Amino acid sequence: MSVQTLKDLLFAMLKIRRVEEAIVRLYPAQEMKCPVHLCIGQEAIPAGLCKSLNTEDLVFCSHRSHGYYVARGGDLKAFISELYGKLNGCSQGKGGSQHFSAPEVGILGSSAIVAGTIPIAVGTALSSLMQGKNIVTVVDFGDGATDEGVFYESLNFAALRKLPVVFICENNSYATHAHQSSRQAKDNIFQKARVFGVAGMRINGNDVQEVFKSCSKAVHSARKGQGPVLIECMTYRWMGHVGVNYDYRLGYRTKKELTEGMKNCPIKALKEVLFRKRILKKSDLLKMSEKIDSEIQEAVSFAKISPAPHYTELLRDVYRT
Amino acid sequence: MSLRNITFKEAIKEALACSMSKDKRVFLMGCGVTSPDGIFGTTSGFLKKFGDGRILETPIAENGMTGVAIGAALTGMYPVIIFQRIDFALLAMDQIINHAAKWHYMLGGRKSIPLTIRGIVGRGWGQGAQHSQSLQALFAHIPGLKIVMPGSPYDAKGLLISSIEDKNPVIFIEHRSLYDLSGLVPSGYYKIALGEARVVKKGKDVTIVALSAMVREAQRAALTLKKEDKLDVEIIDPRCLKPLDEGLILESVRKTGRLIVADTGWKTCGFGSEVSALVADSGFKYLKSPIRRIGLPEAPTPTSIYLERIYYPGADEIIQAARELVYGKNKINSCNRRLLMKRRSYDNRFKGPF
Repeated sequence: MSVQTLKDLLFAMLKIRRVEEAIVRLYPAQEMKCPVHLCIGQEAIPAGLCKSLNTEDLVFCSHRSHGYYVARGGDLKAFISELYGKLNGCSQGKGGSQHFSAPEVGILGSSAIVAGTIPIAVGTALSSLMQGKNIVTVVDFGDGATDEGVFYESLNFAALRKLPVVFICENNSYATHAHQSSRQAKDNIFQKARVFGVAGMRINGNDVQEVFKSCSKAVHSARKGQGPVLIECMTYRWMGHVGVNYDYRLGYRTKKELTEGMKNCPIKALKEVLFRKRILKKSDLLKMSEKIDSEIQEAVSFAKISPAPHYTELLRDVYRT
Repeated sequence: MSLRNITFKEAIKEALACSMSKDKRVFLMGCGVTSPDGIFGTTSGFLKKFGDGRILETPIAENGMTGVAIGAALTGMYPVIIFQRIDFALLAMDQIINHAAKWHYMLGGRKSIPLTIRGIVGRGWGQGAQHSQSLQALFAHIPGLKIVMPGSPYDAKGLLISSIEDKNPVIFIEHRSLYDLSGLVPSGYYKIALGEARVVKKGKDVTIVALSAMVREAQRAALTLKKEDKLDVEIIDPRCLKPLDEGLILESVRKTGRLIVADTGWKTCGFGSEVSALVADSGFKYLKSPIRRIGLPEAPTPTSIYLERIYYPGADEIIQAARELVYGKNKINSCNRRLLMKRRSYDNRFKGPF
């Protein structure tokens, strides 16, 4: 892996983390009036995956979509404005955090219905095949989505037609507050692909190099017409299911479990490697952070002074005219 | 373009063939599209004509396959997904309502879903509770969907072509009891704008807003009312529930002062209720009498032929309602359910089994 790739991966993860932390900081002001599902601790997956894609490839997300928007290079001003419900938001305030999209960088939407975008991603893969385009679609979802029937319907059809789609499951163990073991008879999401003849693998989702390598391989094979791949990325959610707080006080998981999980930080892990290999200096890291923070600051300022949607926006865009 | 007499189902088939020949982005998918029966004949022969790249047999996975159609529509294709029974579309309500209907809005208008969903309403030969539901009101409740329900072969062809070309998700509902209805249809390509109602018959005494299979019942009722009661009714076929041609309905009621809405679905929260509310809201001053809704009784469809006969309202109920509105309830004998059991109806012609 090239030095530049490693630095890009670190930058992407850091940017996602800093954006999420900015939301944590700004949220209590009660100006972002929409539910947010943060991906702190899971940054390696969007960062590694998006790095493996071509610019024309397509991405679909779940409700936990921020990482993909940022890693794919979506406009940060439009992102923050959307959280503030402003007219300059990427959906003019009609989508919010749960429905982020950035068609200009291939993100065609996110759904707050668990597993909702999985069949849609299979559909864009079918469409690219029908139109003879060399586009791969990837769809990201949580372990909870694999409880849904439509996940299996989608796997089957993607396998049947050998569609260029890569299924990325971020297994953070929890669907809202319910542990995977309370919902699924077996801890074997990656194996569920295999019964459909789909390649399934489980990887360390907090190792961004492993994510990048596995995704690159999967995307490549999908592009070559070898059919879909399912990658189960093992990771851990630091924050609550929704909102900007740690939630161990709710009692469904212990503080000890959370602390253990947080030790396995994907950003810390890569930083250590890069320092050890002398690829990265402390000053490089500082520069990265400063660049990111100033972009975030600029986006926040932009969002705050952005106009609210005019009342006529309410009934606009219900139908395409 | 020559006019010929063809059936409703032939008109549907012609619309599909026309659209597919005109635009390579149009394709069909669904359970049964490649079967020898070809969705009651509406897709038969298409596999050979258009190939398996455009006629896609699908797994029996309604929700997933509807999602697939949405994805294709999002990226430049014009899919038509077919539910041989609209009841099966209930398994796809998540993708239809949560996704297709909202994607354009949630994305701030940057992406649209030009998707057509054909759903067929069964009737007769004991189709029963899960093979004959008339679910238009369910879909019509949802912003973001357009709902089309043709009542004649001419409308079926022109409206289906328009639905396929529309940039929005369109639920196109076909009533199976109309499939063998003949009518004059142009041989080539033509469109009928979505949201324009049609005056089926001009009249001055009572407005009958009749939808889908009820158009034919209204036409039958009109003949009897003319002959036996000297009543001249006006029949309006809205053709689309959404967008609804409110203007034409109100204009008619302004002239007649009386309204009957004949729907193929249940009365409660149904299309009849919607049209009644429209007229009560915006045309109250025109009304000379209460509004009457004709719709299904509050029960699932029975399978037994004996019960089925009294389940479906038809011309008899429309005649009864018109007489009540014009002459008053006490002046006439009320419709007797037991007598209705003896009536000759659609089920006498339909030989089944499916």
